[in-house]
Amino acid sequence: MTATRVRKRARPNAMLVTGLVGLTALFVLAVVAPWIWGDRADELGPSVHLGSSGEHWLGTDALGRDLFARTLVATRLTLELAALATAIASIAGTVLGTLIWVSGPRVRAVGLRVVDVMISYPAVILALTIAAILDPGPKACVIAIGVAGCPSFARLTANLAASVAGRDFVATARLLGVPSLRLMRRHILPNIAEPLLVLVSVSFAHSLMALSGLSFLGLGVQLPDYDWGQLLSTGLQSLYTNPAEAVGPAVAIVLAGLSAGFVGDGLAARAASTSGNSAAVKPGSRKASASAPVATGTDHSVPDDAVLVVSDLRVRRPDGTALVDGVTFHIGAAEIVGVVGESGSGKSLTAMAAARLLPGGLRAEAHALELRNPGAEPLALAAPGRDGAAVRRRLATEIGIVYQDPSASFNPALRLGGQLTETLRVHLGVSRREARERAVEQLEFVRIVDPEARLRAYPHELSGGMRQRAMIASALLTRPRLIIADEPTTALDVTVQAEVLALLRAANRRDGTAMLFISHDIGVVTDLCDRVLVMYAGRLVEELTAAELRDGHARHPYTKALLAATPRLEPDGEADGKLDAETGDGLLAAIPGRPPQPDERPAGCAFADRCAAVLPVCRDTPPPVRVLAPGRTVACHLPETGAPVPVQAGPKAGRHDAAVEAVG
Amino acid sequence: MNTTPTGTARSAPERNAVETAEPAEVLRAEGVTVAFGRGARRKTVLHGVDLSLRQGHTVGLVGESGSGKSTLAKVIVGLVRPVSGHVALDGEDVTGPRGRAATLALRRRVQLVPQDPYASLNPRMTVGEAIAEAIDPRRGGLARHRAAVEARLAQVALDPEAADRYPAQFSGGQRQRIAIARALAVEPEVVIADEVTSALDSSVQAEVLNLLTGLRRSLSLTMLFISHDLAVVRHVSDEVAVLRHGRLVEHGPCAEVFGAPREPYTKVLLASVPGRGGSA
Repeated sequence: MTATRVRKRARPNAMLVTGLVGLTALFVLAVVAPWIWGDRADELGPSVHLGSSGEHWLGTDALGRDLFARTLVATRLTLELAALATAIASIAGTVLGTLIWVSGPRVRAVGLRVVDVMISYPAVILALTIAAILDPGPKACVIAIGVAGCPSFARLTANLAASVAGRDFVATARLLGVPSLRLMRRHILPNIAEPLLVLVSVSFAHSLMALSGLSFLGLGVQLPDYDWGQLLSTGLQSLYTNPAEAVGPAVAIVLAGLSAGFVGDGLAARAASTSGNSAAVKPGSRKASASAPVATGTDHSVPDDAVLVVSDLRVRRPDGTALVDGVTFHIGAAEIVGVVGESGSGKSLTAMAAARLLPGGLRAEAHALELRNPGAEPLALAAPGRDGAAVRRRLATEIGIVYQDPSASFNPALRLGGQLTETLRVHLGVSRREARERAVEQLEFVRIVDPEARLRAYPHELSGGMRQRAMIASALLTRPRLIIADEPTTALDVTVQAEVLALLRAANRRDGTAMLFISHDIGVVTDLCDRVLVMYAGRLVEELTAAELRDGHARHPYTKALLAATPRLEPDGEADGKLDAETGDGLLAAIPGRPPQPDERPAGCAFADRCAAVLPVCRDTPPPVRVLAPGRTVACHLPETGAPVPVQAGPKAGRHDAAVEAVG
Repeated sequence: MNTTPTGTARSAPERNAVETAEPAEVLRAEGVTVAFGRGARRKTVLHGVDLSLRQGHTVGLVGESGSGKSTLAKVIVGLVRPVSGHVALDGEDVTGPRGRAATLALRRRVQLVPQDPYASLNPRMTVGEAIAEAIDPRRGGLARHRAAVEARLAQVALDPEAADRYPAQFSGGQRQRIAIARALAVEPEVVIADEVTSALDSSVQAEVLNLLTGLRRSLSLTMLFISHDLAVVRHVSDEVAVLRHGRLVEHGPCAEVFGAPREPYTKVLLASVPGRGGSA
């Protein structure tokens, strides 16, 4: 498995390899051919205009010289000239682009327009003009082609520089006082080198073609020197008598052009794949994914009225690495369950698996992952394969979803009305008019002023907070059994966030809608939720009531560390001194290290490396899941985390008498 | 309307117990008004903002998106020129027209730590080169400034070996520490931290906040700390300034503003902070 992943990461790009092999072969040929075949190529023979034969593979020319040898020998001059022209184009073009970019906004505007005009003028015609002005000959051609290629380099350099220049590190360097040219050399050119390199190889192919064309027209290389274009030109004169004469140089030009083109395309493909996947998969051990059968079968008291039941959910990447690793929980009717965790903890994937909206390539497997409804069969959410219309309708109407970014969750080209009422009309067959009435009712509920007018508005006409409220209205429209909200307030201002949280709470009270609420913010979760699941590195580490979390009664070292690392508004904090956010010296209790990558998770507890209270057993044995009370579990080896829950008058902590210890 | 008096009371006496007199004012913004666009589309984003920053003090600037926090920061570093009003650094007006060299000199006296540590470091440059460039933007190189670079890295609790590595090899919190080290390498009079922890996870955020707390003490850093997170501001600042729709509505020592806010808007902001137990 590891081997395949390594190969995938460093997978040689077929196009690039073909091109590089071709160019290397041509280069070797260019170096050695004149030494090996040089004499033979100039040797006059008795038989002229000979066809292809065993002795002369491509026949002979008008002076009886062997054409195969001449074609091979011509490689050096042809490639030299093409390389020279490319060098002129790329160096002069990049310098020109750099100068345009660094020389201030006015010069830049004019310079870019001039370059645009130059590009629109065909390069070969420009070259012809230059070659005609200068004396015909290789020097003139190389200069002409080089100059003709400059504008495309200049434009690419200037445009790419402009795109990189908008990034923070360039702005910072400017603030530091880094001079323009140094800025270009150190910050901009290295970051735009890849596309420039692609252009170099493409430009090489172009130069080769253009030079061969000019030589063919008699403007380029003059006799007695010869390149492929010149050979082609002489070969063409006797095309009817001896067609083989033209074949050699023609094939050579095509092969060289193709090789350079392949290198260009290959480089471009590679650049695209590396920039798109900067967090490349590290070849590493992945002991974890196969192990940790932790919470299997711990069916800790799922109530009859549960809306969502998740048991031993795993979400895997195509290579088998588990991103979510054995998560078990349920959501009761009218219950709001929060999931907290840092980025990469798998909280969003858990929610998306429950909504059946996993991104492509990831697959979910679970003992049970189902949406329950007293009036119908449980709807299995993990089953792969195609869904029937009935399943799709239930998914669309029984689960409502609120996403993080309200500006990205509506289609900007359509009016809100159509988007809000779509589910009603498509899946429930509600008439357009009634759907509209219901939409207005929900928009009023989320306190959007003048809902009739808003239905005719486009998403961009609403503020961010209003869009998120409209999103909630849209999720509520079908009266779903469950709302899944994935960081719905993260992009909002704190006052708007408070409004949105109040709305979600009101919806929960009005309709009895169960909610799965994902957030990285412990404060938000304790405000809104009844019960909180804490996730770390793809696993559930603790499950507790929001009241317990708020009062600092967390048991798991990670939850405690997270609480201690979060600054509080009141420095005096809670009465419980040891869980106070601020230790005496005004420092927060930072958690050392960082969470393990999904493919580097250890066999034991994933938090062991950062845990202050780590025991030897933590490192290689998965922690047992202890059920302290219904809805109160902790996955930890430390003995004190398994102590009975103290009596308290929380609304949800009624039955705490039987502190069950269930080791998975 | 614009401000409440900054007050002469020392804001955090326990933290500045050593000081005897009122610390000198390093930065003063007076009546800064900024408008973008022209004609009917003209929009004023800052309305006569007054703000002062004293030596060794940290002022937290809070406000919601669109309140003008970042624009004020840009005025102070000289990226945006105000329509009226001015900013003085050590009594010297820095907002008027000036030559190139003077602009560059000014820029090095105020350093900005940007928000996103993933975008603020050049991915093709080692950490050491980036810091060396801050030390000498014209000729700086790691070989020439090795000792100074390692000293800066030690200041933000990173190993000397970090100098030879690329940003991609560091976590978000470590990158933000590198960005802070780079800002400090210039030895600026004022550091502006623009939402430096909002791209970070909470366990990592603590690491950066602790670093800033430590640096405030050891270097007596003068800092304008911009954030939308009131708890974070409360944690690192001596004073807090509340910006709303481009107007400074309240400014005072942290304990006063957070403990007994005067402005209704500040009260709303404080009441909106989640996790205080009251609103559930």
